[in-house]
Amino acid sequence: MKKLFLGNEAVARGLYEAGCRVVSSYPGTPSTEVTEFAATYDEIFSEWAPNEKVAMEVAFGASVAGARSFCAMKHVGLNVAADPLFTASYTGVNAGMVILVADDPGMHSSQNEQDSRHYAMGSKTMMLEPSDSAECLEYTKKAFELSEKFDTPVIIRLTTRVAHSRSVAPVEERVDNGLKAYEKNAQKYVMVPANAKKKHVVVEQRILDQIAYCENGADGLNTVEYNSKKIGVITSGICYQYAKEALGENASYLKLGCVYPLPVDMIKNFAAECETVYVIEELDDYIETHCRKYGVNVIGKDAFTLQGEYSQSLIAKVILGKDAEFMKADVNIVPRPPVLCAGCPHRGLFYALKQLNVTVSGDIGCYTLGFSQPLGMIDTVLCMGASVSALHGRNAADPENAKKSVAVIGDSTFIHSGVTGLINIAYNATDSVVIILDNSITGMTGHQQNPTTGKNIKGEPANAVSLEALAKAVGIQNVIVVDPYNLAETKEGIKQALEADGPAVVISRRPCALLKTVKHNPPLKVNADKCKSCKMCMKIGCPAISMKDGKAQIDFTQCLGCNVCSQLCKFGAIE
Amino acid sequence: MNKSIMIVGVGGQGTLLASRILGAALLDCGYDVKVSEVHGMSQRGGSVVTYVRWGEKVASPIIEKGEADIILAFEQLEAARWLEYLKPDGKIIVNTQQMDPMPVVMGAAEYPEGVIDAIRAAGADVETLDALPMAVEAGTAKAVNVVLIGAMAKNMADVDKEVWLKALRESVPAKFLDLNLKAFEMGYNN
Repeated sequence: MKKLFLGNEAVARGLYEAGCRVVSSYPGTPSTEVTEFAATYDEIFSEWAPNEKVAMEVAFGASVAGARSFCAMKHVGLNVAADPLFTASYTGVNAGMVILVADDPGMHSSQNEQDSRHYAMGSKTMMLEPSDSAECLEYTKKAFELSEKFDTPVIIRLTTRVAHSRSVAPVEERVDNGLKAYEKNAQKYVMVPANAKKKHVVVEQRILDQIAYCENGADGLNTVEYNSKKIGVITSGICYQYAKEALGENASYLKLGCVYPLPVDMIKNFAAECETVYVIEELDDYIETHCRKYGVNVIGKDAFTLQGEYSQSLIAKVILGKDAEFMKADVNIVPRPPVLCAGCPHRGLFYALKQLNVTVSGDIGCYTLGFSQPLGMIDTVLCMGASVSALHGRNAADPENAKKSVAVIGDSTFIHSGVTGLINIAYNATDSVVIILDNSITGMTGHQQNPTTGKNIKGEPANAVSLEALAKAVGIQNVIVVDPYNLAETKEGIKQALEADGPAVVISRRPCALLKTVKHNPPLKVNADKCKSCKMCMKIGCPAISMKDGKAQIDFTQCLGCNVCSQLCKFGAIE
Repeated sequence: MNKSIMIVGVGGQGTLLASRILGAALLDCGYDVKVSEVHGMSQRGGSVVTYVRWGEKVASPIIEKGEADIILAFEQLEAARWLEYLKPDGKIIVNTQQMDPMPVVMGAAEYPEGVIDAIRAAGADVETLDALPMAVEAGTAKAVNVVLIGAMAKNMADVDKEVWLKALRESVPAKFLDLNLKAFEMGYNN
């Protein structure tokens, strides 16, 4: 039966069909669903790891043990896992090992727009890039074969539009060749200088072998399609689809399914056949630079942008000079930025922080939205875990700061890389106050379990890290737990932590309001007779509250009865 | 010739389910189909858009300005926001429900008056319906998306009603099927 596969779902199907046995990942948009779908196959041991570095090392260990293995992450996750990546490239694999990295051009849900292709080049690791769901499935299977053929991990690079688009993909049966025998081999697996020097020679030869393979089309991964030769397009991934849509048969295409290493002669020969050659690639001038290195004259970032997503109309405009016709409504289109959901437990916490007028070192998660107005209570956001370590840095530079500043970090992010920063606070002794926003789930990426939730990826009971015990074990004696639905208690708890000597951890504990297991109160209503139109209830920025005809009004379709707004109403008008 | 539908709304309104049902129905009719979705940060009460494209062979999964044959808007302001994406001879179906964006909640901006009139004045073929009370009548406010799927189905001559019902049956949990079928009919017969 034909079925529309999400790109990420097709990768998971590819894992299944390729006989993959171990999958370990940390969630991150737009890569998350690969591992969620993989976990639906009983034949695959799947897990959420505490972070991407752990996940990649698990995949490495499984490969050495003889199982085809896999890990997935978003682009910034590969920064975390870069350490094992660069050396796994030297050791190579036993059974096939595949790494998926999902870039986010346009930053739909990311803090930067980095281009992961540089990691393939930097770590000298083969990288494939599919352009639709059928290729997601096919390239995943291919990646395992290539991993074993060339004795290397293989990276699959997706971008958001491939990961989160649905298209048809044909399926086949699973082929599982069982565990490959492990043979002790220190020269291969123990990367001390003497062994690594020899392995580097192997890696460089491997790249030459891979280039030769790519020159010959890489078994159909690199393809040439000649139509009109007036325009030649060298491209890969989703940009191939955009170019086809915009230019159709008015252009010829060199589609690169393998983006590292890149062929040389194949590109030269294609360029020689075409009058004007464009390189169409989102983000950096990666393919373009390669072309120029070998003297191939192409038009790339001189005409196209380094920023954001491309589209068929962008390509039509740049190459054909075509402008789209469209209509426009003559009204003030008010922006609609993302907000904390109605009933979100983070709202009460941020309101308490606002009342305390503190500086807030922020982190990555739904609660990053606490930066936006009317709460406006986050001062910095850098990367996973940085809230804790950066707060320590601020307090080291300015000890007075410690009494009027806090870090906020979610439960999953804390386990990912906040705990190391907390150990640093305890060890190097600043009076820092770290607030762990424990909503019992990894929220932003769509509700994944983590080591604090007491459940594994399949929802089965699992060990739960006690945040209180962990904080105490690393040397934080002052641990305070508050319920962020209770504004007075939350404010008082944080105040105590700030005033006490020594570092403190405040755990703001309340499950995500969107969790299916969470029971809600009936929606609240505003008693219009009691409402004095003071707008106090609007100060928390709840999307369910609005002013209609001069009185506050609560949208019954959104309100979850959290009662945070009613604690602000001095007139008891919210019932 | 390929065709395109954009489904636009506010994160949490159920636009993803609508695009999945549409995708399944079109695939069942034998078309090549591509659907592009928004996940993650953009879903948290922000403006969201999903693209559905179909035809003999579809390359790009996204829709650009002036390219959509139909826009299905779950909310008025979102209809105005995405109107630029409608083909000059396209049709826009608008749920007249209003949801205040944060600048309006904060009092920094006013929700614009006369949105539907402005869309009509821009030259668009507009159909409106008030889907929220219909969904409530069908059994739950959450079924707004299914009422709107019904309204979209009525405007798509190339897909039989039976195909829609089959796609709906395969996409919603069995215990909510009757409620959703009722919601669909209300949108379809609107």
